[in-house]
Amino acid sequence: MKSIKNHLSLVIALVSILFSIQILVIAERSIDTYKDKLANDYSIVVVSQKALQSSKILEEFSIIEKIVPLSPDGVIKRLDTGMSRKNIELLKLTLPKFYNIKLKYYPSSSEIKVLTEKLLRKSSITKVENYSNSHDSTYKLLLLFKRVITIFSVSMLVVTMLLIVKELRIWQFKHNERMNIMGLFGAPIWMRSAILFRLSIVDALIASLISFILFTFIASDSWVNEQFDYIGIKVTIFDPIYDLLILTTISIVVSIVLASLIVLGHKEEV
Amino acid sequence: MDKVIIADNLSLAYSHDETIINKVKFSIDSGSFVFITGASGSGKSTLLKSLYGALNPQEGSLVVGGVELKGVSNSKLNFLRKHIGIVFQDYKLVKEWTIEKNIMLPLIINGYDKGVTQNQVDSLLKHVRLKHQTGKYPQELSGGEQQRVAMARALSHNPILILADEPTGNLDDYSAELIWNLLVGANEQLKTTVMVVTHHIPENIKVDYKHYHIEFGRINEVN
Repeated sequence: MKSIKNHLSLVIALVSILFSIQILVIAERSIDTYKDKLANDYSIVVVSQKALQSSKILEEFSIIEKIVPLSPDGVIKRLDTGMSRKNIELLKLTLPKFYNIKLKYYPSSSEIKVLTEKLLRKSSITKVENYSNSHDSTYKLLLLFKRVITIFSVSMLVVTMLLIVKELRIWQFKHNERMNIMGLFGAPIWMRSAILFRLSIVDALIASLISFILFTFIASDSWVNEQFDYIGIKVTIFDPIYDLLILTTISIVVSIVLASLIVLGHKEEV
Repeated sequence: MDKVIIADNLSLAYSHDETIINKVKFSIDSGSFVFITGASGSGKSTLLKSLYGALNPQEGSLVVGGVELKGVSNSKLNFLRKHIGIVFQDYKLVKEWTIEKNIMLPLIINGYDKGVTQNQVDSLLKHVRLKHQTGKYPQELSGGEQQRVAMARALSHNPILILADEPTGNLDDYSAELIWNLLVGANEQLKTTVMVVTHHIPENIKVDYKHYHIEFGRINEVN
């Protein structure tokens, strides 16, 4: 019972660390996916007196994915009150050119500002509509969401690390006695600490397994998936191979660092 | 006769300004049985600690089993400890291990294979009259029984030297007699050098021994 309790305290601390990390990863993935979705929906409208050379613009602005000319037919149709074909053609030539600019990713507010300024510096471009108000509020909401998640996860990590430091002291006390006795009979340091490392690795594997079960359950939960569907994105909540590998590695590294600190802090009784 | 311990001008201290053992010179023959006596705080246990390398000599030279302990490296110290058996007043058994595993410890450290280890443990448990307690943990045994486990552990790897610090200090008469018999047996049958630190030498002990007394930081041979 006592042994299970000793294992549990480290396992729970490790699970909290892994949970915080995976929540951060999910938040990051959600934001990235949502940004991609916004980038697809978002575009800038440019009004130019002359036809723009798409290839030159694309070369100059790496953020721009494509430039689509907007047809003036709709405008002309609204103005058409029995104009002759010749006049219509003339009107077409005198009307400014409209372009829809698609970006490669969802830009930050400062990137939008820089891009707008640079485009306006082109002599032929007379207006750039970047829909900055709606863009700003969406972008700031995303940043806020990301910051809240980060603060929550980092706070959880800090509290868990403090718990682990406390746990480290208990382990140090518990394992020092055995390590001292083994040392009295000539056991080299690796042999004295082998049990400690073995226990740490076992605890790390147990914590990884618990996290795997927890996130597999979360990932398959219909309520969670519905929430993502509502905002129109599909996010990998838990990749059973990649994420498990990362979480297991982190768990083992934390445990080994913990065990190494105990071994380094071990002082032979005099 | 070979010397298992040679101390020359040896001084021991826990801090620079308080010397416990002051420039002593003595040597112990291989296969002898030695008692170290002295009042509380005289430095008996300090001397014993220096013999298994838990305390570095402040001054002079201390050679145990051919290993110079002043400034000894960890690997040499481990090598020496593999050939020493130590018995403490508070037993120093690993609580979370069974008594068999405790007895096995020096054999595992010395790299004996499992078969040899198991046979040796079985025969030692019989020798210390604890066969019936197989599978138990130290805290399930009485003080006398725990000390017998510690004795079995100290004997398990046929050490060249057994160091015992007040081995019967906490024991009843029956258990104390058993421990003395085991120490004398190891000395007589296995020719193991035995050094015991104690307040009182038992009157009925049946072994030829040397007696050193520590007083005011000096060590003097009594008989």
